[in-house]
Amino acid sequence: MSRTLQAPVTVSFDYTRSVGPVLGRFLTGLREGRLVAARTSDGRVVIPPPEFDPVTHLETDDFVEVSPTGVVTSWSWVPEPVAGQPFDRPFAFALVELDGATVPMLHALDVSSPDEVSTGMLVQVRWAEERSGLITDIACFEPVAGPDEVGDGVSGPGRARPELRDEAPTEQSRPGEATGEITTIITPVSLDYLYAASPEESAFYRGLLEGRILGQRCPTCHKVYVPPRSACPVDGVATTDEVELSDKGTVTTFCIVNVPFLGQKITPPYVSAYVLLDGADIAFLHLILDVPAEEVRMGMRVEAVWKPRDEWGTTIENISHFRPTGEPDADYDTYKQHL
Amino acid sequence: MSGLDRLDHRKNLAAVIGVGQTHHRAKREDVSMAGLCREAMDRALADANLGRDDIDAIVVGKAPDLFEGVRLPARYLAEALGAVGKPLLRVHTAGSVGGSTARVGASLVQAGVHTRGLTVAFVKQSASIAMWALSVPVPFNMPVHAGAGGYFAPHVRSYIRRSGAPTHVGAIVAAKDRQNALKNPYAHLQNKDTTVESVLASQMLWDPIRYDETCPSSDGACALVIADEDTARSATSPAWIHGQVMRSEATSAAERDQVNPQAGRDAAAYLWKQAGITNPLEEIDAAEIYVPFSWFEPMWLENLGFTPEGEGWRLTESGGTAMDGVLPVNCSGGVLSSNPIGASGMLRFAEAALQVRGQAGEHQVDGARRALGHAYGGGSQFFAMWVVGSERPTG
Amino acid sequence: MRDVAVVGFAQRQMSEFDGSPTCVELLVPIFAECYEQTGFTRKDIGFWCSGSSDYLAGRSFSFVSAVDAIGVIPPVNESHVEMDAAWALYEAWVKIQTGEIDTALVYGFGKASAGVLRRTLALQLDPYAMTPLWPDTVSLAGLQARAGIDAGLWDERAMAEVANRSLTDAEKNQYAVRKGGSSVEELLARPMYADPLRKHDISPVTDGAAAIVLAAGDRARDASDRPAWISGIAHNVDPISMGSRDLTRAPSAAAAAGAVGTGLDGVEVAELHAPFSHQELLLREELGLADDVAVNPSGGPLAGNPMFTGGLIRIGEAARRIWDGSATKVLGHATSGPALQQNLVCVMDASTGSTTGGAR
Repeated sequence: MSRTLQAPVTVSFDYTRSVGPVLGRFLTGLREGRLVAARTSDGRVVIPPPEFDPVTHLETDDFVEVSPTGVVTSWSWVPEPVAGQPFDRPFAFALVELDGATVPMLHALDVSSPDEVSTGMLVQVRWAEERSGLITDIACFEPVAGPDEVGDGVSGPGRARPELRDEAPTEQSRPGEATGEITTIITPVSLDYLYAASPEESAFYRGLLEGRILGQRCPTCHKVYVPPRSACPVDGVATTDEVELSDKGTVTTFCIVNVPFLGQKITPPYVSAYVLLDGADIAFLHLILDVPAEEVRMGMRVEAVWKPRDEWGTTIENISHFRPTGEPDADYDTYKQHL
Repeated sequence: MSGLDRLDHRKNLAAVIGVGQTHHRAKREDVSMAGLCREAMDRALADANLGRDDIDAIVVGKAPDLFEGVRLPARYLAEALGAVGKPLLRVHTAGSVGGSTARVGASLVQAGVHTRGLTVAFVKQSASIAMWALSVPVPFNMPVHAGAGGYFAPHVRSYIRRSGAPTHVGAIVAAKDRQNALKNPYAHLQNKDTTVESVLASQMLWDPIRYDETCPSSDGACALVIADEDTARSATSPAWIHGQVMRSEATSAAERDQVNPQAGRDAAAYLWKQAGITNPLEEIDAAEIYVPFSWFEPMWLENLGFTPEGEGWRLTESGGTAMDGVLPVNCSGGVLSSNPIGASGMLRFAEAALQVRGQAGEHQVDGARRALGHAYGGGSQFFAMWVVGSERPTG
Repeated sequence: MRDVAVVGFAQRQMSEFDGSPTCVELLVPIFAECYEQTGFTRKDIGFWCSGSSDYLAGRSFSFVSAVDAIGVIPPVNESHVEMDAAWALYEAWVKIQTGEIDTALVYGFGKASAGVLRRTLALQLDPYAMTPLWPDTVSLAGLQARAGIDAGLWDERAMAEVANRSLTDAEKNQYAVRKGGSSVEELLARPMYADPLRKHDISPVTDGAAAIVLAAGDRARDASDRPAWISGIAHNVDPISMGSRDLTRAPSAAAAAGAVGTGLDGVEVAELHAPFSHQELLLREELGLADDVAVNPSGGPLAGNPMFTGGLIRIGEAARRIWDGSATKVLGHATSGPALQQNLVCVMDASTGSTTGGAR
């Protein structure tokens, strides 16, 4: 048996980002198949355009279009891509100085082995089949099969060196294409973690698997913590001596949740209460059911209602909820120091 | 000798000479994160009559990175914030972070390490849903919690039980702060029809907390320029820092007082001592207190020592915390009217500075000389506060 | 400026920590070690400051329960940076300079193995134009390594020399998670991984925690026979963009070194936070370290690089060379962000002198 309990957690959200005028111009350009760079006050042509000038700190307002072809200025091989990267097979990340720009931009380069990449090689933008105003509208860079290369006879676009021209966003677009400036984008973020409970918490959750509620006592202040702690918050030492607690206790305080929210697992209205188990020195949060919410009181005596044994796991959810015992309410003086 | 609470030292003086904030809204769809920060920063610099190159250190404060889905965003923002080539710090102390960030910025000057610091705190909460970001489920646990409201509501109930406060006191706070917000053009909520009755009639969300007794979720930013004595002496109406403090305690501990936490009481006691204040109710002219749920006004009045324990609600009920009361609280409309989480704490510190600088506009308290800025975070466990004054501290 | 010294240092490093992401279980014994070294109790500590990251733990407010390890009732004077704990040390040093406190305990923690570290770190990039491509940290460092190779500033052999020396020195470091040098030839014979990087050019994913105790003046002398006096500390930042900065340089490292008034002349030992082998070579140049400076005698980050303490540990390891009398002037360096974006230098001396810091 491992020392601690572990379980996967996924933290996932599709973030909505308003992009502001400068990035909006860049992303709108991408959607239209144009590469919009900024001319900064230090004389550089930068893509993606910085939102604010690095020297004057003013909002960027001088835009130019640069060419979809350029030169690799540095690259690194990605042998084991991670989720979300432009390719799920090995590829290269490259810095590419586009013709017309004076600093390189970062993107993926579609090559099948490191032998096919070199600093100084010519590459071009490969546009995504569908574009929506995201950096991924550029699917990747790809090598240019230039006329002086030994190739298969397929002629690439060669290396255009257009005059820099001022960028003029237009509302003109191909039929069926979305129009208007890009003002917001959606960027999904999903991360997988392996969560571990502390050794003390693990002992608590394993106790629940046997239908037992196990607290631990702080060796210094002798208070009983449930769940037990890796550090007693008063003394900064781990709780130690195990104490089996009753599954009856007293409601110290509570609230009635009427509000629905994303990710909520319990249907409102429900009572979320601090329950001070008999024998414990700290209350813990659980649900109070089997009683109308408006009848729940501070000081109410309650007992755990366990789920059927065959549904138990190493989780606090083995206790479905707490319900009133019918005993007289506890005196305020017996729990007021726990508020 | 205890490491805490030295009063025998003499810090370098520091003062707020520039204040800037955004127009706080549910969604600021017109700006990026950088644009949001710059809106506040540019206003603070203009107010201080300084350029970005006059600043020699930048401190960024932000609550959880999960709100925007950007890890340690201060670094990606470095260029846009004008921090390149300068020292850049990122502070995170939960909800109190805006206050803590102002404090760190002040420390840089008070230590004599830097001359002019710029602090900025922001949140672009519309990028996600704050309640989701704060409630990522923990394995093996019970998802009983329901966001910040669900967390704090039981403690509000405890307060009401303990103090015997009439149940409409929360509504008095909410109505007052929403009316105050009408005098603050930057405030998010501008509901001129809010009254005690309308608050009481609003939906009970987390009983005993009603919908109108909760703060909104806002996009927004706040920035401060904090300068040394030499710079401040030549500035227009500096807000001198007379005292500042931070205290922390555990989220939960056996027999921890969650209604009137010791960290807040300790912090306030040290703060008043530093500022030479013996009767805060009389000597503080305006207070900006972090009140995300209406009942926290009376709770913090007690915690801060403005009233004896159990009597904060009497001050509120008597109108003592209104604009024309003995202690005007949250003349800006407070967190109840604008809540860019993370920036909210700095806004409290900033609004206190505006009051003693005489620059609070329509929500100015006449002749305010000393003001409190207050922030708290986590499970009522992290506290940051300062007292600013119109006069240079002496002695 | 007040004289402030590093008087306590404790650490844990491991390739996979099986405990909770708050790392409280690691912090409790680490704090105990710090008390043992200094004779302080927690009541002697005037200020606490920590460094950690919510995204490493996978949840908001991951630092909140870490304060339990202190024992925080009665409450403490405490703060937190979402940065490597080396920057928490800076905040604590500043706090001591205000005169408000005399002592501080600085700590950091991180369980990097809870997620896919090189992917998680892509979230620190420009969220509009970079993160959607999920450029991992190894790839970004590879771009930097190649830029230097192409410019003739270093080569694969020089990188292998750094790795070989680090892994050899790591054999004496009980906390190293990767150790055992061989020869430059043998390392060069190993296959490329993320061309131009081989696996030994890349610091291992490391979990861990660490703490440092700072004290001023006589409090430092009480706590240590040979305090490591901080004679200068400063930090600085470059733009994040991989395109608009010269990747073969780290101007912020040079600027931080330049802001340390006493300079780096005479430094005998430097612990450099270079998570990739070429970055040590880059930093040596940028910091202007003489050829005879011993770099990373602990084995350095290539032997173990726990997130959020990798930098703090460099300061601690450097301070230990003062404590044991093997050096009289040392450098601890910390970095953060892709390709050495942000840098901090902390110079420590065996004797007190004029302290400088910041960048006035």
